[in-house]
Order: sequence, then C-alpha cells, then structure tokens
Amino acid sequence: MGHSNWPEWIYVAVVIALLVYVGAEAWNIENLIDHAPEDAEIIKVTAQQWFWSFEHADGTKEIGELHLKKDHAYKFEIHSKDVNHNFNIPEFLVLMDAVPGRINTVWFSPNESGEFDIQCREYCGLIHYNMRAKLFVEGS
Amino acid sequence: MVLTLAKPRPIWQIMFSTHHTDVGLMYLIFSIMALFIGGAMAIAIRVELFAPGAQIIADAMTFNRLFTSHGTTMIFLFLLPSASAVGNYLVPIMVRYKDMAYPKLNAIAFWMIPPAAALVWLGMADFGWYANPPYSVISAPAPAAEMWIFGLKILGISSVLGSINFVVTILKCKHPDMSIGKVPLLAWSFLAASTIAIMAIPTFAAGLLMLLTDRLGATGFFNPLVGGDPIAYQHLFWFTFHPEVYVLVIPAIGMMYEIIPRFSRRPIFSHSSGVFAFVLLSIVAFASWAHHMFATGMSFTEKTVFMVGTLAAVPASAMHVFNFLATMWNGRIKFATPMMWAVGGIALFFSAGAGGVVNTAMPLDFITHDSYWVVGHFHLFVFGTIAFGTIGFFYYLFPYVTRRMYNEKLGVVHFILSMVGASLTFFTQHLLGLYGMPRRVFDYPEIPEWIAMNQIISIGAMIILVGMGIFLVNLIYSSARGKPANMNDPFGLGGKYYYPYSQLNPHHDKAGY
Ligand code: HEM
Ligand SMILES: [Cu+2]
Ligand SMILES: [Cu+2]
Repeated sequence: MGHSNWPEWIYVAVVIALLVYVGAEAWNIENLIDHAPEDAEIIKVTAQQWFWSFEHADGTKEIGELHLKKDHAYKFEIHSKDVNHNFNIPEFLVLMDAVPGRINTVWFSPNESGEFDIQCREYCGLIHYNMRAKLFVEGS
Repeated sequence: MVLTLAKPRPIWQIMFSTHHTDVGLMYLIFSIMALFIGGAMAIAIRVELFAPGAQIIADAMTFNRLFTSHGTTMIFLFLLPSASAVGNYLVPIMVRYKDMAYPKLNAIAFWMIPPAAALVWLGMADFGWYANPPYSVISAPAPAAEMWIFGLKILGISSVLGSINFVVTILKCKHPDMSIGKVPLLAWSFLAASTIAIMAIPTFAAGLLMLLTDRLGATGFFNPLVGGDPIAYQHLFWFTFHPEVYVLVIPAIGMMYEIIPRFSRRPIFSHSSGVFAFVLLSIVAFASWAHHMFATGMSFTEKTVFMVGTLAAVPASAMHVFNFLATMWNGRIKFATPMMWAVGGIALFFSAGAGGVVNTAMPLDFITHDSYWVVGHFHLFVFGTIAFGTIGFFYYLFPYVTRRMYNEKLGVVHFILSMVGASLTFFTQHLLGLYGMPRRVFDYPEIPEWIAMNQIISIGAMIILVGMGIFLVNLIYSSARGKPANMNDPFGLGGKYYYPYSQLNPHHDKAGY
C-alpha cells in the first residue's frame, strides 16, 4: 500500500482485535455448553409435518405437549420423519435442526417453571407457521 | 453517446443491438421492472403479517409461493441485472475499450434472463429461495419446482457468461497504457465479483441438477428415504451462495467508490487499499459457507472453523468503510441525491456487518438462526447496502443515460423515505428475531410484542413503498421532461470531478455513440 496510511493500519488492527475477542469468547462459551451433563435425562423428539411428539426415558409418549421438571437437565435427541424442521424453545434458547436420517442432540435445564412455547424454526411447508407445541415445566 | 431519449431510436434497434450501452440499458430497465415486481410481493407479505390471522392472502400456500418468488426475484432478477447494467455502461469506458470483449455473448447473457424470469414468475415455487431438500424433493408441488430449477439453471449460465465477459474485458481489453493497478475501483469491483461468480456458481449448478434428478426419482442424492443426505445439498448451496453474497455486495461497494470521491471532490483516500480489500474478499469469501449450517448438527470443530472463516472476511469489508470515511473526512462534500444514497448505504453496511458478526459467534447464532433477526441482517445488506448503492448510482447515471436531469427534490425525498423506512423495518426485524419469531411464517400467535413489532415493520415497508413510487414518477417524468443536463458537469461539482473516463476514451467521444 503505497502512501502513508498508518491510521488505516491502526483501524484494521483494532477491528481484528475486536474480532479475535468475539471469536475467543464465542469459542469459550460454545465449549462450555456443547457437552450435555452426564446425568441429563434423554427425551426423544420426533418432528413431522406438522407436529411434535416426545418420548421420555421411561417410555411415556406425548404429542404436542412436553412435561418436564424444573432444574433438571434434559438432553433432546431430535430427528425428523419427513423434511427438515427445527426444534426451538425460544424462552430457553434451545434450537436444533430436525433432519431426516440423522439424530441431533441439544440439552438444557429449565430454571423457571411455567408454560412455554415450542415452535418449528425451519421452513417445512404448508403448516410450518403453526407447527407448535407446549412445554410445561413443573416444580418450584 | 447512448440512448438519448430526446432523439429516440426505434425500440427494436436497441433490442437487437449488442453495443454495451444498449445491453446495459436493457439490463437497467429489466432490473427496475423486477424491483417493482419483487416489491409488490414484499408489500403483500407485509400487509399479511400486519396482524395475526389471515389478512389479504388466502392461504399459507400462496404466502409461501410469494416469499419464495420475492427472494428469488430480488436477488437474481433485480440485484444481479442492476449490477450488470452499471458494469455494461461503465466498465468498457473505464478500461478505455470500445465495447465488452464479446458483444454477442453479452447480449445473449442478457436475453437469457427474461425467459428465466418467466419460469420463476409463472411457476411460483414454494420452497424458499434456498430450495432445501428433502422438502424440495418430496414435498414441493410440480411443476413450480421444476420451473424454478430450470429458471435458476438459466440464470446461473447467464451470470457465468456475463462474468467471463467482464473478466476478459478488464484483463485483456484494457488500454495498454493502463496498468491493472490503475484500473478504476468500480471496474475492479466487477473484476473481483465476476471472478467469485465464476468460481462459485458451478457448485450450485451441480446441486440443481442433482435436485432435478432426485425429483424425477432417478437419483436419491438428497433423499434420506433412499439413503441420500439432505445436508450435502446445503453444502453445495452455500458454497455457491455465501460467495454470491459478495458477488452482490462488491459491485455496490464499487459504485460507492465512484460516487464518494466525486461528491467529496477529493481523490479516493487509498486506491490500493480498495484493490487489496477486493482481492482479499474474493479469497476469504470461500472460507465461510457453512456458517449458515451451525444448527444442522455440526461438530464443535466444524463450527469453529467456519466461525473463524467468517470473521476473517470482516476486516476486508471494514477497510472499505474506512476508505470511504477517510475520503469524506476533509472533502468539500456536496450532498446531492447519489451521495446521500451512498452515505446512507455505508451506515447500513456497517450495521449489517456488525449483525453478521453476531450471527457467526457460535452460541449467539443459536439465538438468531432462522428467526426474523436473519431476515433483518440480510436485508440490511441486500436493501440497505446493495440497493442503496445501486439506486444512488442509478441517479448518478441518469444524466448519462438520458441527457436530462432527474428532479433533485424528489430524489432527496425518495432517499429520506427509504432511509427511515429501511431503519424501521430492518432494525425492528432484528429485535423481533430476538423475541423468537421464526421466519417464513404465514401467521403468528397473538403475542403483544410480536404484533407491535410486526406493525412497525409493515409501516416501514409502506414508507419504502411510497419512496419507490416517487422514484418511478421521477424516472419516467424526468427522462421525458427533465431539464437538459449540462453534460460537462451535471451535478455542479466543478467540471473535472465528473466522468473523466469518457473523455479519455477515444471510442466513445466521437459520434456520440
Ligand atoms: C460482515 C459480513 C457478514 C457476516 C459476518 C455474515 C454472517 C452471516 C451469518 C453467520 C449468517 C447465518 C445466520 C443464520 O442463518 O443463522 C448470515 C446469513 C445471511 N447473510 Fe450474511 N454475513 C455477512 C455479509 C453478508 C452480505 C454482504 C450479504 C448479502 C449481500 C449477506 C446475506 C446473507 C443472507 C441472504 C443470509 C441468510 C440466508 C438464508 O438463510 O436465507 N450477508 N450471514
Ligand atoms: Cu417448520
Ligand atoms: Cu453467508
């Protein structure tokens, strides 16, 4: 770069430093949340056009509703029977694609009791907009 | 020099011409038409989402067809042709050649677009602009899906032909006295964008064919029922389309490189830093495609690689912003319409990039992914940056194409409405995404925050619409009745700041053509 433009170099250095910071923070946090705790209870989640069904570790099944306990870790094993969907509990920032032929996992531990929305976040056709379920977190 | 609307030529003379300014004019008219068609679709979507419940669109299927065609139209039929319009007008002039390197090929590349557009518009596919399988293989209704696939196939070929033409024109036909380093930054932007397009497009071209044979049942590349992998498609798609976003944005940056120094009445702060950033971006553009796929179940390592690849592309964009600001710093700025659009575009470009960094920071992507945040993010690019740069440049080209001046007041009003409308619409979409609203939905539950934000977004869209109406009136009225432009200095910048290229170009000065 021909003529003197040291302000540009300083600016670029600052931008790179910020990006390194964001990247490192992101790496740290993702590293922390990537692995589910050992004792997490497994819930099988099945997506299909256009509803959700769930199977608890003890074999109980639910359709369109999911009942969980507060302060208890759960690991979702998500798959789809037809097209791509995305399992999303916006309140708890749970989000993972449901892809036919694969099982994707994501875990969380609800720290609040009450009634929450479960929705599909990946376009899946006609009733995508209304592919919803309810999450009930029980206990105080 | 070009179509002088004061002395009109018969339309067929322009249509059968292979001269670069005529082809450019056809690209220009086509892209503006597509902007309004795509815009009408957007308005239908926004009216529908103004409140929960069905408003004006009868059913979800129609809605899904609309957002698919909206995205496809805006990207492939408005943004790409509008860049080609500008490139066709100015690249040969800037490199001091008489025409594009292959004039016939140039006209062919243009004439492939209308039939492709007809396929897209008459088919109205419903699988989103990304046509993800297995939905696009097992669920999407025929013949719309096939029509979309063939339409995109044709558009891809047209785009590659056009790109080859730009690369050859710039590298091989530039005046022998002009070293590659001296090629103006607008022409450089076309060199960079065209190179990316040539390298990126074949991958999706293959993906499209595989999608077609999958739909015919002949193969099962992406169909898990017969052992295929739908995620493979996403890799093919994004390997093309992440770089493609730079194919779209780089020419718009190039247009700002043309406008900003002229209206600041200063040379660009650093020509070489602009070239460097273009070249850098054309390389790192290929290192980030799977940042669209974090939620498909990628491993921690894969996510890290693509986050780093994405972050690596940011400094190149940031350098352009610096270059613009440094040029304006001590300039004698004239805030005429083109300059307003360019400066507004830079502000939105910066915000869009900041939002992109949030998207790629792994844990945060699981908050923004497939929500309205993403819709806001890329609209700040495609509308806030690219369309802003391009529309500003259309005003800048106006006297050049028509020999008349547009109405400055209407131009300014158009800008203000668009800036206000875009900010209301696209920043609110980011927020709505954080509140959890998914994208591509025909209807939504009655959550008070969602309703309020959707209404703000729709009002923003209406404001943009009013601005675009004014734009259309200005274009049509001024090309017929506008004041004759002072062709030596149409913007009153002091003569030497306007179009020195045509004066340096022996091919374009003589017969006025
Ligand atoms: C600073 C540069 C950029 C960064 C860091 C960035 C980052 C990202 C990321 C990580 C996503 C994925 C979000 C998600 O789906 O979860 C995304 C989506 C998107 N970006 Fe960007 N981006 C940048 C520039 C651009 C540009 C220049 C354009 C357009 C010209 C663009 C257009 C898009 C589009 C269209 C999508 C959504 C695609 C879809 O899912 O349909 N981005 N961006
Ligand atoms: Cu869905
Ligand atoms: Cu991308």
